Amino acid sequence: MVEESGVAPASASMVPPFTREQELTAFREMLLIRRFEEKAGQLYGMGVIGGFCHLYIGQEAVVVGVKMAARDGDQFTTSYRDHGHMLASGMEPRRVMAELAGKRGGYSKGKGGSMHMFSREANFYGGHGIVGAPAPIGAGVAFANAYRGDGRVSLTFFGEGAANQGQVYEAFNMASLWKLPVVFIVENNRYAMGTEISRASAQIDLSKRGAAFGIPGKQIDGMDVRIVKATADEAIEWCRAGKGPYLIEAQTYRYRGHSMSDPAKYRSKEEVQKMREEHDPIEQVRARLIADGMSEDELKKIDANARKIVAEAADFATADKEPDPSELWTDVLA
Amino acid sequence: MTVNVLMPALSPTMEQGKLAKWLKNEGDAVKAGDVIAEIETDKATMEVEAVDEGVLARILVPGGTENVAVNTPIAVIAEEGEEVADTADHAPTDRVGEEDKAQKQAEAAPPVPGQTAPQDEPGEANKAATKAAVEAATPAPKATSVAKEPSATVAPEVPEGTTMVSMTMREALRDAMAEEMRRDPNVFVMGEEVAEYQGAYKITQGLLQEFGARRVVDTPITEYGFAGVAVGAAFAGLRPILEFMTFNFSMQAIDHIVNSAAKTRYMSGGQINCPIVFRGPNGAAARVAAQHSQDYSAWYSQVPGLIVISPSNASDAKGLLKAAIRNDNPVVFLENEILYGKTSEVPALEDFVLPIGKARIARPGKDVTLVSFSIGMTYALQAAEQLAKERIDAEVIDLRTLRPMDTATIIESVKKTGRCVAIEEGWPQCGVSAEIAMRVQQEAFDYLDAPVLRVTGKDTPMPYAANLEKLALPSVADVVTAAKAVLYRS
Repeated sequence: MVEESGVAPASASMVPPFTREQELTAFREMLLIRRFEEKAGQLYGMGVIGGFCHLYIGQEAVVVGVKMAARDGDQFTTSYRDHGHMLASGMEPRRVMAELAGKRGGYSKGKGGSMHMFSREANFYGGHGIVGAPAPIGAGVAFANAYRGDGRVSLTFFGEGAANQGQVYEAFNMASLWKLPVVFIVENNRYAMGTEISRASAQIDLSKRGAAFGIPGKQIDGMDVRIVKATADEAIEWCRAGKGPYLIEAQTYRYRGHSMSDPAKYRSKEEVQKMREEHDPIEQVRARLIADGMSEDELKKIDANARKIVAEAADFATADKEPDPSELWTDVLA
Repeated sequence: MTVNVLMPALSPTMEQGKLAKWLKNEGDAVKAGDVIAEIETDKATMEVEAVDEGVLARILVPGGTENVAVNTPIAVIAEEGEEVADTADHAPTDRVGEEDKAQKQAEAAPPVPGQTAPQDEPGEANKAATKAAVEAATPAPKATSVAKEPSATVAPEVPEGTTMVSMTMREALRDAMAEEMRRDPNVFVMGEEVAEYQGAYKITQGLLQEFGARRVVDTPITEYGFAGVAVGAAFAGLRPILEFMTFNFSMQAIDHIVNSAAKTRYMSGGQINCPIVFRGPNGAAARVAAQHSQDYSAWYSQVPGLIVISPSNASDAKGLLKAAIRNDNPVVFLENEILYGKTSEVPALEDFVLPIGKARIARPGKDVTLVSFSIGMTYALQAAEQLAKERIDAEVIDLRTLRPMDTATIIESVKKTGRCVAIEEGWPQCGVSAEIAMRVQQEAFDYLDAPVLRVTGKDTPMPYAANLEKLALPSVADVVTAAKAVLYRS
């Protein structure tokens, strides 16, 4: 993917190496998302989860790298491929899973589902089902930060498909005009549903998409959590210094279809296989940890722990009750 | 040949203005394009240019004169050396005479006014309708814009003995925002031209000066984007007042109004509120045609998660806008450009806040219930006055809030009168009046002595031509006709 873009992203040698502790954090967080999403896929197949369900498998390094650069109080806003962002924000896996299952213990009491979830306490502002909507909403969260002068940064994610929406550029313009502290992170997983980026975008270097508004942009290898973290550090520092927005195009890949009902016939099995074998974000960290002397057993323990958390989340979601019928009428108005 | 210079209309809804000063004196030579005078309206100061070459022979309205009606001759320009004896003899040569206009309207008027009535309407009503249509076409000047202010009966919300102050709806809205901005530092205003320009319709006049650019924010012309930004700010705990220059442009932003603002509280299980007011002029102004004249009352009032308010007078506008700003829900606040300049009595209370969701009985009566809101109230109240002359005692209800709709007040009235006419400027299909008719038949069917009738805007895009525009809008005559129809009176 890096080669195909024609633009060399920051290479791993240009970013500071992770400490052992950072590698372990990245490994643990990404693995939790991976295992959670695998379980969600299973539960969807069993009919526990319904509707639309968009899995984040393959893209874990993007949100985890950004989270590692963020400070407490910084806000996350994203689109409907949002489970990873919620877990990275520190939301409880069981309550996220319960929401996916449409149960009363879910973050939205079962009324939002996979695509529409929020957590005020985790500073997670959704979870938006409309393609492109996170851009102005995330800019609006940043507007509030600037209004209060509280030094927070709004971390706003959307896909490369959304990057063609008009409202994204309206948001870029205002964010730059008003010097809003917002990092726009385009997660370029190359396929907007079934449309490969070059079939939909006249300019496929998405890091240039902010240039017309004076927004600095960087195209990076979004499969390497160290590069994501280092770039997010720069971007967040830029925002916190009051210099306005920053744009990151993180080149990534989703292993699964667009949603559960997508057989992904628009790309070859070989392409997916190659990506998994050569660029998997979690395997990269695992390899480095092993090379650094970590034992397979220690890493397996981390995996076992992630599986345990996810299994408990699934059990909770499965056993939890549906919302009370009276909930139909609550939360319409404050 | 002499030419009269007429008091110009500087905006689609201007009816009068102040002739601030003359920049030329009688006897001065002028040529086309010369600035000869300055005109002030409540919105702006504008220059008047001469349209012909000649001599400023007479100044008919001295500088400093207030309330000069549009189209009044203010000066006479004569050819050089020409005698100008008596100014009163000079008919304007550059305008179609009022008689001509009336004639054309009469020709264009259909035999039956277009209020939505059942096909099997009683014969008497049909006759009355024809008569009313003819009446409507006679030169009752500007029925859509010169309607009297709804004469608010003493509302229970105002304590007895309260001092009342006359002010325009424009001033009332501005005061409401300023008071709430003083009260809560999280309240801010954003929109196109709200700050430096002082508001496209001068509703935000003076706010920049008092509150500064941090809290009075000019936006680019980018409704979809800034609606999303404001919604995001509201999610994060601020209380934006978002002005749309007109609600016609809110159609660009309707995704964020409906998908983001209205639904997020529900989708978040009650965690994320969206305390935002979307406000601006809604519906037809005057002669701005199809893309600038749409009434969105029915559109927004269909959406759960929104509150929709549409006041008819300055007092309600102030009390309800303050309530809207304090409300933790997204509120769509539909104003009306024609009503901006109308003056009415506003209680001089330190903190005048009205309840959302409560209709007001603007005129008590016993024979027929007229239900309306916003500018529809001007037709309803004038119709009630005309009906009174024919000994028909109409009760007029001003909904004020469209969602949640105060059905109880309507039903209580219909149980008393047994007859109901709903009036709105919006389109008929799935309109607010359609909703009123449904609720009345559902909850007061046994009390009805006639089918509920509606008077609505016509089922067409808004035409530009003055006569067609008048036909497209409801009229007082339409309301009178409908009221008589439900009373089986002719």
